[in-house]
Amino acid sequence: MADTDGRAPVGRVTATPAALAALARLREQRGEVILYQSGGCCDGSLPVCLERRDLRLGDGDVLLGSVDGCPVYIDDRQYAVWKHTQLIIDVGEGEPEGFSLPAGDDRQFVTRSRVFSPQELAALRGSAEGEPS
Amino acid sequence: MSVTTATGAKVYQAPGQAGSPVEVKARYGNFIGGHWVAPVRGEYMKDLSPANARQFTTVPRSTKEDIELALDAADAAKEAWGETSLTERARILNRIADVIEEHTEMLAVAETWDNGKPVRETLAADIPLAADHFRYFAGETRALTGTSTEIDKDTVVYHFHEPLGVVGQIIPFNFPLLMAAWKLAPALAGGNCTVIKPASSTPWSILKLAELIGDVVPPGVLNIVTGPGGEIGKALATSRRIAKVAFTGETVTGRLIMQYAAENLIPSTTELGGKSPNIFFADVMDRNDAFLDKAVEGLVLYAFNKGEVCTCPSRALIQESIYDRFMERCLERIGRIRQGNPLDLSTQMGPQNSKQQLDKIMSYVDIGLQEGAELLIGGKQPKLDGELADGYFFEPTVLRGHNKMRVFQEEIFGPVLAVTTFRDEAEALEIANDTLYGLGAGVWTRNGNLAYRMGRAIKAGRVWTNCYHQYPAGAAFGGYKMSGVGRELYRETLTEHYSQTKSLLVSYSDQALGLF
Repeated sequence: MADTDGRAPVGRVTATPAALAALARLREQRGEVILYQSGGCCDGSLPVCLERRDLRLGDGDVLLGSVDGCPVYIDDRQYAVWKHTQLIIDVGEGEPEGFSLPAGDDRQFVTRSRVFSPQELAALRGSAEGEPS
Repeated sequence: MSVTTATGAKVYQAPGQAGSPVEVKARYGNFIGGHWVAPVRGEYMKDLSPANARQFTTVPRSTKEDIELALDAADAAKEAWGETSLTERARILNRIADVIEEHTEMLAVAETWDNGKPVRETLAADIPLAADHFRYFAGETRALTGTSTEIDKDTVVYHFHEPLGVVGQIIPFNFPLLMAAWKLAPALAGGNCTVIKPASSTPWSILKLAELIGDVVPPGVLNIVTGPGGEIGKALATSRRIAKVAFTGETVTGRLIMQYAAENLIPSTTELGGKSPNIFFADVMDRNDAFLDKAVEGLVLYAFNKGEVCTCPSRALIQESIYDRFMERCLERIGRIRQGNPLDLSTQMGPQNSKQQLDKIMSYVDIGLQEGAELLIGGKQPKLDGELADGYFFEPTVLRGHNKMRVFQEEIFGPVLAVTTFRDEAEALEIANDTLYGLGAGVWTRNGNLAYRMGRAIKAGRVWTNCYHQYPAGAAFGGYKMSGVGRELYRETLTEHYSQTKSLLVSYSDQALGLF
């Protein structure tokens, strides 16, 4: 698992080495990228990877953290029902169906999740950086 | 055409095999301007069947240059198509329906092989519903009327429905042909030309349809370009050359679609899924009769199309006084669902559409168990023989828990039911509406007044009452809340979403206003 850029000891989001390598390659090819946790139909529940300038962000976008400098966002309504889990950005098989950039040939970014322990949730709440911006 | 198994059920041969009703080429082109066109950059992507994870054909891995070619063809056709008489447009839509119907078996087997859904569903639902959708909009087109209003004695306003021009339409993988029909039929009915991007994992069946209707539809009216969403979906949705964009899929891409539409100041239609509650009141068990049997099936319908349905009834809310007895019957029925070769007519549930869908489903079951949900049935891949062992199958699964769990809040898009209980009507409504989405819902009760109150109070675009998973043309379909914007499947889809309204204001008076 990757660092979470100096955020709380337990990050709300982290990434596997495969995801970090894919993000590094994308940055080389396309410049800065972001991840936005999707929801809903079909490919919902996957993180959509976009060039940073592609999506217009608004006040309802929650910055969960960043993985190796790549910001990871979620909609605040979705955050409210997902915040008891840690998101782990990984790479899986297949072409993305939506507008997400692929994580390599026939590869896409995927979100795996882990439920925080009560101690971790308490630590997140106690940390100044525990509540995302 | 087929063989018969020991169980007596017919089994279709897979596309490309001897005796299959479907012929497969090793490679397809894009369908542009009535011709099969190779991708500009010459790149192709594989298309797998989820039944055995094996590649059976390749389709273009198109780029924005191919989208431009399709837009060129659509542009060239739009004037003539837009001026085509209602009679002729309706005739062509009816002809498409006839051709689909004449080739039901071929299209059903193609759809089943590309998507994984059982052939009994494609034969009985996907293909007939697609044909009917074209007939419905043929009828609406043929009967299309504008209005005229006498503003005063010498002034009249005429309201005409005029075509938008060229539209972009992005199709999901769960009902590749039916969802294409939902979008294509009203677009053509309105006199528009379209550029369609099918889903990356199910690009093939619509190409088979294009082989059949290529000479029914005038060149350039229907154009199909396959390839990755991040490349060609984006190129299509951001193009200044389209007058409208329609999309079915996840929320972030839906938001991009609306953002791009805003940047171009054009309309969009988005259908972004749901987490639909299916609510069973205690009185369903008042009698042991046909209605109770129907209600049990109504719960089990979460496994329809292996749960890959935007309106999958994936949250069952059961009144606590009947929970044990009702679930016992439901679990018994779920335990009898037959999984296997989707080309076997006795198969009730096929494989998930792709490896990524299967992985996501397994990951959600894992989250549900971490959250403390109780696994009532399923939760793993079934053991199947032969090449099906490599397919993306997952057992129909039920998790019992509470509505704050993520498995109750997020669309899993698989055969995973999250079940919980409620005390009374108020709590049922509270749980039903405690979701980010609002696409579908089901209400089951013998009490008509209760059903009506619930149906009106649930914040969802479609509330099925004592039924579920029916999608007849003529019944509006679309979402509340984060489930998207716009309505499909009914007359106003043609008149409001795929037409401009022209108001021609005419004075029949010779008198000046007298102002200047």
